[in-house]
Amino acid sequence: MEHLLVPLLSGMLVAATPLILAGLGELVTERSGVLNLGVEGMMLAGAVTAFGVAVAGFPAWVAALAAVASGLTAAALFALLALGLAVNQYAAGLALTILGSGVAALTGRHFAGSTVSLIPRLHLAGASSLPLGQVLLGQDPMVYLALLLAGLVWWFLYRTRAGLVVRAVGEDPHAALAIGYPVLRIRWFATLFGGGMAGLGGAYLSLAYTPLWVEDMTAGRGWISLVLVVFAGWRPWRLVFGAWLFGGVTVAQLFVQTFGLRLPSEVLSALPYVATIVVLVAMSRNPASLRINAPVSLAQPFMQEH
Amino acid sequence: MVLGAPLLALALTLLLGVPLLLLAGLSPMATLRIFFLEPLNSANGLSEWLLKASPLVLIGLGLAVCYRANVWNIGAEGMFTAGAICAGWLGLRYGDGVHPWVLAAMMVAGVLGGMAWAAIPAFLKVFANTSEILVSLMLNYVAQLLLAWLVNGPMQDPQGMNLPQTALFGPSATFSALLPGLRLNASIFITAACVVLGWLLLQRSFLGFRLSVVGLQPAAARYAGYSRNRITWFALLVSGATAGLAGMMEAAGPLGQLTASISPGYGFAAIIVAFVGRLHPVGVVLGGLLLSVLYLGGEAVQMTLNVPAALSHCFQGILLFFLLGADVLIGHRIVLRRS
Repeated sequence: MEHLLVPLLSGMLVAATPLILAGLGELVTERSGVLNLGVEGMMLAGAVTAFGVAVAGFPAWVAALAAVASGLTAAALFALLALGLAVNQYAAGLALTILGSGVAALTGRHFAGSTVSLIPRLHLAGASSLPLGQVLLGQDPMVYLALLLAGLVWWFLYRTRAGLVVRAVGEDPHAALAIGYPVLRIRWFATLFGGGMAGLGGAYLSLAYTPLWVEDMTAGRGWISLVLVVFAGWRPWRLVFGAWLFGGVTVAQLFVQTFGLRLPSEVLSALPYVATIVVLVAMSRNPASLRINAPVSLAQPFMQEH
Repeated sequence: MVLGAPLLALALTLLLGVPLLLLAGLSPMATLRIFFLEPLNSANGLSEWLLKASPLVLIGLGLAVCYRANVWNIGAEGMFTAGAICAGWLGLRYGDGVHPWVLAAMMVAGVLGGMAWAAIPAFLKVFANTSEILVSLMLNYVAQLLLAWLVNGPMQDPQGMNLPQTALFGPSATFSALLPGLRLNASIFITAACVVLGWLLLQRSFLGFRLSVVGLQPAAARYAGYSRNRITWFALLVSGATAGLAGMMEAAGPLGQLTASISPGYGFAAIIVAFVGRLHPVGVVLGGLLLSVLYLGGEAVQMTLNVPAALSHCFQGILLFFLLGADVLIGHRIVLRRS
């Protein structure tokens, strides 16, 4: 049993990591009342930046930081439109996704055929002697970083004053402004955080998931993390749980094939997308729970009047 | 004023294009000339221009209906694919003999296929309150995988050396060329007719009015008794119908078969078409013609300068960015103030 369980669980953790990273970022953004549909584009920008920097010979952590920077830049473009000019957030996010995938494809062509060495996994002495030790202690560092960040985001949102302010801005920006909080500046920070995290999530794909550049390598993961935020009811730990669930679905398709179930590979590849829809339906069926959990001012442009 | 924002956005896009091209190591003037003028200076170029604009206009019309009603359909790509699959199935089965009805039946199949695909987000939106954005987007991937499975499996050309494509449709299942030597076909007249229908619907009908009220002022719409659910159904089904029809025209027109990748991102480009066209049918035609140039320009620079076609995707994204910004700047006055 263990020989099956170990790769299954490992694969699940790895597949969940980019979703956790990008999802946490979007969660904070949405908590401040901003809906950024450009996650897919920001992830692609991060993925191509990280890959390019790694191909140029820099260590993985530099590549990851560069990816964060490009995610930040992309989010800043979105924020200029959605916050600076109070443009419809749906449209601005779509524009970011279209732009991000175009720029990523354009720059990524230089790296066709290049490979980078994957981020090495941890090797703790004695880990393999514990039951499931290899799964729990033998992943690459970013898997743990993602979980650490989930803890930090939870702590920030629920245990710090700044987190409370972010949530207040998302619930009622006018009230927050009235008691003196700079709503737009707070939303800028939350949006930039979302961009940086999406960039990091993209970097994980090109540095630790596949060692080569594939056009559109995110394959909808940015969109799936948007769904995960809804699934999680805008709560960090539920998001981690949801990402594991999706990671499980992604990995399960590989195992179904080894079990000799003769399903076409396309049907299996469609599973995560169908699962996403099913999850959305299950979460949205009850409008009351959505109304309680969703930030009230989500996706509504805010104009600061003096 | 109506034209102000799109023109300003286009000008800014070109302006930003210059440093971008310099960065990519290309001569801006020569590249822009190849990008925007080269594709249009021959009869063949003009034919390709209209041929590419046709699906963009058709899909853009449907999306304009959706966006007016504040229904955020971004799944046109999947509806296009579903329409092409349904039409393609008919074309493969009955296209060999001389049946004048095959093409018409394929059109119906394309429309129904697109509508069926659009019915999924509509149903889930109305009955389970599910976000149409995310559902329609996810279904793009599902449709793409469905097509990949079909052209690698049940519908694969048995004499196709295992390539992921179907056999070529027979003559009665393809549009014939309008002029010898050019690929342009009669399907553009159907697109033109759809534009007129779209204009009547959006600008001259009570239904179109209700659509806009639901989109602009949901509270007023509720008070007036317009059903939000019915409008959601209507908008998604219309956009599914036009996208499915566009898929049929692509399969039965320039492609003449189904392949694993039938759409070069038309479903997403059409979002820009709808916005550039100000959600107005006439504007959508202009937007479709503009985006079609961007596609052809991308192909032209790819062939002559070996620049990847992704350049045109970049231009598309930049254009939409500037357009959204220009909208605000044209509608408002900028006042700089010290706080």
